[in-house]
Amino acid sequence: MKEEITITIDGVEIKTKTGEFILRAALNAGIYIPHLCFHPDLPPHGSCRVCTVKVNGRHMASCTTPAEDGMVITSDDAELLDLRKAVIEMLFVEGNHFCMFCEMSGKCELQAVAYRLGILVPRYPNLFPQREVDASHPDVMLDHNRCILCGRCVRASDEKDGKHVFELMERGAKTRLGVDAENNLGETNLSIDDKALDVCPVGALLIKDTAYRIPIGERQYDKTPVGSQHKGNK
Amino acid sequence: MTEKPKVATASLAGCFGCHMTLLDIDDRILSLIDLIDFDKSPIDDIKELGDCTVGLIEGGVSNSENLETLREFRRKCTILVSMGDCATSGGIPAMRNTVPLKECLEEAYLNGPSVVDGVIPNDPDLPSILDRVYPCHEVVKIDYHLPGCPPSADSIWAVLNFLLSGEENLELPYELIKYD
Repeated sequence: MKEEITITIDGVEIKTKTGEFILRAALNAGIYIPHLCFHPDLPPHGSCRVCTVKVNGRHMASCTTPAEDGMVITSDDAELLDLRKAVIEMLFVEGNHFCMFCEMSGKCELQAVAYRLGILVPRYPNLFPQREVDASHPDVMLDHNRCILCGRCVRASDEKDGKHVFELMERGAKTRLGVDAENNLGETNLSIDDKALDVCPVGALLIKDTAYRIPIGERQYDKTPVGSQHKGNK
Repeated sequence: MTEKPKVATASLAGCFGCHMTLLDIDDRILSLIDLIDFDKSPIDDIKELGDCTVGLIEGGVSNSENLETLREFRRKCTILVSMGDCATSGGIPAMRNTVPLKECLEEAYLNGPSVVDGVIPNDPDLPSILDRVYPCHEVVKIDYHLPGCPPSADSIWAVLNFLLSGEENLELPYELIKYD
């Protein structure tokens, strides 16, 4: 049975239900906690750690930590801001993120969170890994250079499309996005209206012939920071 | 009249887009000239770098000449700023970083579809190309970073004004931090 409980985020008391994940409870209450691998329509993944908060002093991923009555949560302090920046900066240096020509620039969630946190340059050296572009599908481009391995497409394809087109393969630094085919994306049953395409936060999965339609200055995050419909800070 | 602070600029492995945008501050350049004197810069063609308050670097470090210029700017400028994505992250020239240098040179000078009787340049007067393109802060200490391809004229203006004001903390407004 789900009881109504009270948790405190950055000094603000909010009501939620037992077992609701902290991030969902916060967003429902209008408080923004930065996040990236989390998507409201998908089960949480807990992999990117951008949504890390302090729960009674301990660092926890707010997207996978169930709320309990009386929890005292810190989301907005200098230490967490720096940790979140560090995570985002690692994602930037780990792939090849050339925002200046990326079709997703202006509506990319990785970029938008970086903007909101005020990142000017990553503190880590760029790795410039060798990654492939898979253009074999008639309607979809898969650019591994931009993939941040958030697993959103994996979850969406499994849970929403019922297809299992994508999977995360291998482990650790070698982890990569795999497709359910012998060779490439063109051999899968992915279709243009799949939820998996819709949820990619970056420019890794793109529908062909749709790029650069919105002028610079009018794109989603050009003037409005991500999460600005919610209260809360960085 | 006290001497005005000096500002020098350089373009390393960049496209001069950031310098063009510096000129895009439009009539504010008249106010800028009241505030500063330009030292060595592609926009005035002064050849020798003097001691400067601010150095603006466009472009990443792709060859031995870029390296030498950047190190000289670091020695002579009190505040050194990476201006634009090539300086802060390598930018478009750094796309070659994902391809081995030998393959890049062979494609450009031997195997490219428009090459006739190709040869890989090796004249000793040419700067030698580095193994990869480096963001400026991976080579020398950089004091401020201004991303953007190019950074907007407003953000360049904001950074210059901030640096010349002697204030402590630079916080660019949301609209002025862009990576494209």
